[in-house]
Amino acid sequence: MNFRAADYLPWLVIGLLALFPLVESTFYMQLLTKVLIMAIFAMSLDLLVGYTGLVSFGHAAYFGLAGYALALMAPQYEAVSLWWSLPAAVGICALFALVTGVLVLRTRGIYFIMVTLAFAQMLFFIFHDTKIGGGSDGIYIYVKPTMKSGEVELANLEKIEHFYWLVLALMAATFLLLRRVLGSTFGRALVGIKVNEHRMRALGFPVFRYQLASFTLSGALAGIAGYLAAVQYGFVNPEILSWHQSGAVLMIVILGGMGTLYGSVIGAFAFVLLQEILSNQAWFGAAAKHWQLALGIFIMLVALYLPQGLAGLLRQSGRKAAAETTDE
Amino acid sequence: MSEAVSLGGEPILRTKGLTKQFGGLVAVSDVSLDLYVGEVHVVIGPNGAGKSTLTNLLSGDLPPTSGEVRFEGNDIAGCSADHISRLGIGRSYQKTNIFLPFTVFENCRLAAQSRTPHALRVFHRAGGYAEINRLAGEAMAAAGLAHRAERIAATLSHGEQRQLEIAMCLATQPRLLLFDEPLAGMGPHESQRMVELIKGLTADHAIMLIEHDMDAVFALADRLTVMVNGEVLESGTPEDVRSSPAVQLAYLGGEEILHD
Repeated sequence: MNFRAADYLPWLVIGLLALFPLVESTFYMQLLTKVLIMAIFAMSLDLLVGYTGLVSFGHAAYFGLAGYALALMAPQYEAVSLWWSLPAAVGICALFALVTGVLVLRTRGIYFIMVTLAFAQMLFFIFHDTKIGGGSDGIYIYVKPTMKSGEVELANLEKIEHFYWLVLALMAATFLLLRRVLGSTFGRALVGIKVNEHRMRALGFPVFRYQLASFTLSGALAGIAGYLAAVQYGFVNPEILSWHQSGAVLMIVILGGMGTLYGSVIGAFAFVLLQEILSNQAWFGAAAKHWQLALGIFIMLVALYLPQGLAGLLRQSGRKAAAETTDE
Repeated sequence: MSEAVSLGGEPILRTKGLTKQFGGLVAVSDVSLDLYVGEVHVVIGPNGAGKSTLTNLLSGDLPPTSGEVRFEGNDIAGCSADHISRLGIGRSYQKTNIFLPFTVFENCRLAAQSRTPHALRVFHRAGGYAEINRLAGEAMAAAGLAHRAERIAATLSHGEQRQLEIAMCLATQPRLLLFDEPLAGMGPHESQRMVELIKGLTADHAIMLIEHDMDAVFALADRLTVMVNGEVLESGTPEDVRSSPAVQLAYLGGEEILHD
């Protein structure tokens, strides 16, 4: 084979997704927007879990913080410019990740899971129990951010297809950025740390600094997803910081296949769509109420029979196809 | 080669009163030794004598309880392992410690990468640095693994994995090498190859070697230190150590060392 599927497939998928608004279904476009936002969120976590070997159970902290950042920065009845509010929200997440990272990266394994969860819960209760962000009711974002170049409106985010394209563009950008970063010496060092942290240290790598950089980048990218989620729903409440959210994104990464990046995108599709299908009362009647049970069973089956997630399944069939072509 | 010993010169590494306590247990007690470039300094002793702990103190894997470690004049006692590695001390491990899922080349490339300040160039492809690739290639060749470059490390034979361990050390361009039982678990043929490999490194490196294989010990040692219960029992040229009454007594005759 002169060209590798991995080189052109992402562009093909992005191209096809860009054409989706032609379908003209508000419901499905909103659903797909949600999928793509979760894909960004999951990729940011995959950087930690799949590439740096750090299992965080508090990633909703960065997701939710960006949402709250937007809600608190935006004037109540006026639009805020995306050009500064998005970088600001992402910057706040990066800073928060940098500070928490210094503390949580002193722990490993199960303790790391617990400490990341603890930080997310702290943030949850800060917003839940104080009036900063409207308490448990949260805050509405009445007007969507604007994207203007001078007086020209580049995109109107009140229009769902415009917002969809923005989310798709940011998902693609996140994927390409991470792929680039992971292919660099920095990325190789991260994987080295995941495989054998002790040896990396003996080889002269300042492991902590690498992990902190990865943790910060991961938090910042989760911030992009959280910002977009807040824009999509038009409100934020403490639920977006809850451990359910941290658990969901971790499940997406595991379901899709850790350490593959595109697995996170596949996982987001599978997770959000399954959630939608299994909770459809028209199809499952009373059982639809217990969709979480069915989803849980599905995830357990994947964990048991596809340890490399759905991406592993894809890679296996890809390898089989490649083997057949070379046989000819 | 024993002239190098008598030449004196400045040692590349010098420890003074180096001590490590784990609670009540003194694993390394008041060890003072000098390592010179061009010299293989072999440390022998029964299991639990503190040889590996001594290596860990020099490499920064463990901080000493007290005492001094001077490398090229600078006190490095208590420095972190990564810092010590960057100063120019490379080590191999008793238990093979490599990146099993990576290729042999990637193991060495990663090691070589640690010497270059490219950590912040996050957009440049990792494989695109000629200098890093050259260092990795040279290290593989020096350790006799050039023909295995694309093999996944986990699929190598035990002996080859030990060679890879050495290659990774070399790729970091150290001036002092600490080898912790590089021959452990090797067959006679593989051992012979490793002895040749280490011999070839002596000219421009200082080497501290921990070894149980007495044929290898006497084939390589310019200077020999015997440790017992964390203390240096005897240190000197192999001839001196062999004829030392203390060693004779401790081991009930030099031959006993062979069966240790």
